[in-house]
Amino acid sequence: MASKWKFTIKDLAEKPEIFMSGHRACAGCGPAIAYRQILKATRGPIIATNATGCMEVVSTIYPYTAWSIPFIHTAFENVAANAAGIETALKALKKKGQLKYDNVDVIAFAGDGGTYDIGIQALSGAAERGHNFLYVLYDNEAYMNTGIQRSGGTPHGAWTTTSPAGRVIPGKVRYKKPIAYIMVAHDIPYVATASIAYWIDLVRKTRRGLEAEGPAFLHALAPCPRGWRYDTSKTVEIARSAVETCVFPLWEAVDGEYALSAPSKVIALKPERKKPVKDYLKVQGRFRHLFTPKFEYVIDEIQQIIDRRWKRLLKKCGMT
Amino acid sequence: MAITKQNLLALNGDEAVAYAVKQSDVDVVSAYPITPQTIIVERFSEYVHNGEVDTEFVCVESEHSALSMCLTASATGVRVFTASGSAGLALMHEILYVTSGARAPVVMAIVNRALSGPINIHCDHSDSMVERDAGWIQIYVENSQEAYDSIVQAFRIAEHNDLLLPTMVMLDAFFLSHTLESVNVLPDETVRKFVGTRKIPLVRGHKGKLVPFKLDPENPITMGPLDLYDYYFEHKRQQEEAMQRAPRIIKEVHDEYARISGRKYGNGLIEPYRLEDAEIATVCLGSTAGTTKTVVDQLRTKGIKAGLLRLRTYRPYPVQDIINALENVKAIAVMDRSHSFGAHGGPIFHEIRHTLYEASIHPQIVDYIYGLGGRDMPQTLIHEIYKDLQKILETKRVEKPIQFIGVRE
Amino acid sequence: MTSEHKGWKEIPIAGVCWRPTTDYLTGDWRTLKPVRDKEKCNKCLICYMFCPDGAVTWDSKIEDIGFNLDYCKGCGICAVECPKKAIEMVP
Repeated sequence: MASKWKFTIKDLAEKPEIFMSGHRACAGCGPAIAYRQILKATRGPIIATNATGCMEVVSTIYPYTAWSIPFIHTAFENVAANAAGIETALKALKKKGQLKYDNVDVIAFAGDGGTYDIGIQALSGAAERGHNFLYVLYDNEAYMNTGIQRSGGTPHGAWTTTSPAGRVIPGKVRYKKPIAYIMVAHDIPYVATASIAYWIDLVRKTRRGLEAEGPAFLHALAPCPRGWRYDTSKTVEIARSAVETCVFPLWEAVDGEYALSAPSKVIALKPERKKPVKDYLKVQGRFRHLFTPKFEYVIDEIQQIIDRRWKRLLKKCGMT
Repeated sequence: MAITKQNLLALNGDEAVAYAVKQSDVDVVSAYPITPQTIIVERFSEYVHNGEVDTEFVCVESEHSALSMCLTASATGVRVFTASGSAGLALMHEILYVTSGARAPVVMAIVNRALSGPINIHCDHSDSMVERDAGWIQIYVENSQEAYDSIVQAFRIAEHNDLLLPTMVMLDAFFLSHTLESVNVLPDETVRKFVGTRKIPLVRGHKGKLVPFKLDPENPITMGPLDLYDYYFEHKRQQEEAMQRAPRIIKEVHDEYARISGRKYGNGLIEPYRLEDAEIATVCLGSTAGTTKTVVDQLRTKGIKAGLLRLRTYRPYPVQDIINALENVKAIAVMDRSHSFGAHGGPIFHEIRHTLYEASIHPQIVDYIYGLGGRDMPQTLIHEIYKDLQKILETKRVEKPIQFIGVRE
Repeated sequence: MTSEHKGWKEIPIAGVCWRPTTDYLTGDWRTLKPVRDKEKCNKCLICYMFCPDGAVTWDSKIEDIGFNLDYCKGCGICAVECPKKAIEMVP
C-alpha cells in the first residue's frame, strides 16, 4: 500500500495552513506541531472532529476557530463514533448523488486520555465496524488540559498530579498501555507510530492512513513542555530522544504486517546506536525524582521494560 | 385535501415505529438494542438486509456511540434516527445535551422502561422524565397508532428550520412496544412526500458569509467550540427561543398530518377527554390514558362529571393549553409514572400545580405515583382515584396530597 | 457582559464560530523573539515544519522565510532545531 505521493518541504510550505495561527496552545506545544504537520499531508476535501482535550480547547475558543476545514467537537469519549457518523452520512449522501466530491477524508483527533482511557470503547467499536477514517492519537502522556493527571498513556515512573513523586511511591506505578498494538489486533488496514521530530515519516504516514480503505490509526508522540517539565525550546529534541532511546520506536503495520520505520530501523541494524533511556529521562522534570539514590532503581526498571518491548517489536518486524 | 386510503396492519408499538422510519426517507440509523426497544432495531435490520430501504444502518457498540454517530451524521446534513430507553437513554444523557446544543434535529424513539436498580425491564417513565431538561422535544403517545403517526411527524418537527430541536417520541414498554394493535399506515409515497427532504438553513461562519449549517468542505464551519461565560448563556437562550416556537410548529405539523390521515390527537399538544363540564379530572400521559378514558366513560354513565387531560407534549410544556383545559375543574389528580425521591410528588405534579398557581386557579389537587417497574394500573385503581376525587370535591379537603397507588403496604 | 459582546439574537446558532483565530494575535505572549542570520540560513524550512504556531512564513515569490511576530510565542524551537544555527532568540 506504499503511497506514491512525493513531496518536498516547499510543497508543504506552499499549502495553506489548515490549522491556522492564533490558536491558544502553549508556547512550544508538541501537539500543535503534530496538527500542523498532519494537516499538511491531506489530499483533498476533509472533515475533522476532535475529542475534548487540549487541542480542541486551544483551537476553538468561541467565537474563534483555528480550523479552515469543517470541524466538529462534541465530547471526550466519543470521537471515533463522531467520525463514524460523519463517514456514514457522507456515504448516504454519495449513494443519493448529493455529494459533490468523489471522496471526503474524515480525520478524528484525540489525546491520550480520549484514546487510551475514556475513548477506547468508541474507538474499538468504530474499528471493528470498519469505518473509513483516520484516527490520530496525539500522545502527550497525561491529561494536560485539566492540569497534568495520569492516563493510560503516562509512562512508568512519571510524575503527574495524580501520580505524584511521593515519599513512598515515586510517580506512576504502571507501564504505558501498548495502545497501537491493541489497534493492530483489531485487524484494521493501517496502524503506525510517529514522532513530530521525524516529520517526513509523520507526514507520509498520515497520507498512508488517509489512503487506507478502512480504519487507520496513527499514534503520534507529541511532548508537552508544561506537563513534562522542560524548556519550551526542547519539544522536538525530546520527541527525537524518545525514538533514539527506543522509548517510542517508529513502525507501521500494513494489514497487520509490522515493519520498522527508517529512524528505528537504523537502530535495529546498528544496536550500538541505541541510546540509554536515562538520556531521555534526565532532561524532563517529570522524571527528576528518579535521579535520587532512593528511587534510582526505577530507572533500571524503565530500561528493562523498554528493552523488553523493543525486543518484542523487533520480533514482530522480523528483525531478530 | 381528501383523507388518504390506508392499509390496516397488525403491528406492535415497536414495529409501528420501525415501519414509520422505513417510510420516512431516513439517511442514517445508528442504534443499540435494549429490551423492550429491541424490536425496533430488529425490524429495521430486516428492512436493510432485505433491501427494502437504502438507509445506512449502523449497529454500534453502545447507546453513547449511537447518539454520537447520529449527532455528527445530522451535522453533516442528513436525516437520522435512533431508538433507546432506560439504561440506554441514561448512557446517552451527556450526548442528549450536546445534541440539542448543536441544534442537530435527531429523531429518537424511547420505549419507556424503569431505570435500575434493582434491574427491571418493564414500563415506567423514570428514564425520559429525567431527560426533560435536555433541550429535546418530548412527545408521549397513547397507542401504537399514535407511535406510528408521531414518528412521521417528528422528522418534520425536529428539522423545521425555526426549531432544529432533537425530538424524542415515547411509548410505554410492553403495554405498547410488545402488544399487537391494528395500525393504519399511509402509503410510502404519501409519507415520503409529507416528510420531504431535509432543508438546511444558512448560518454565518468564520469567513464572514452565510453558509449552509452543516459540515461541508465547500463552506467550512466550526461546530462545538469551547463556549465560556461570555457566550454560552446566549446559546442556551437561543435554544429556549426555539422551544417557545415549538408549540406552533407541532400543531401545524399535527394538523397537516390530520388532513391526510384523518387522525388527530387533541390539538397536538394536549388531548382533553370529556373535560368541557368536568368537575373532577385526572392528568396523565402515555398508555394509561387509554384505560382512563374507559373509566371516565363508565363514570359518565353514572352521571359523574369526570374527565381526563392527556399531555402529548411534555416538552415544550403547553402551559396555556393546560390552563384552558383545567380552569373549570374543581378537583384534579395528577398521575405520575415516575418519582422524584425526596421531592413533594412526581415531576408532572410539580409542573401542573405550579401552572395552576400562575393562572390563579386553586382547585384541590393530588398526586398519585403509580405503575413503577411495570406495575399494572387496572381500571379498579383508576376508579379509586376518581372516588378519592369525589370525596375531595365533597369535603373540599385534601387529606394526603401525595399518594402511592398500587403498591403493597 | 460588556457591550462589545453580541446578544443572542445576533450570533449564529449552536455555537458556530464566526471569527478565525488569525484575528487573535498571540504574539504578545512572547518574551524572546527569533532573529535569523540570513548569511547562515539555507532556507531548508526545518523551522517552518517545527513551528507550533505557523509563525514561520514562506513566501514562494521571493523564495524566503520570515517570522510573523503577530503569532510567534517565542518558544525557541526554531532556534534549537535550525541545522545551520542561523536563528537566535533575543529579548
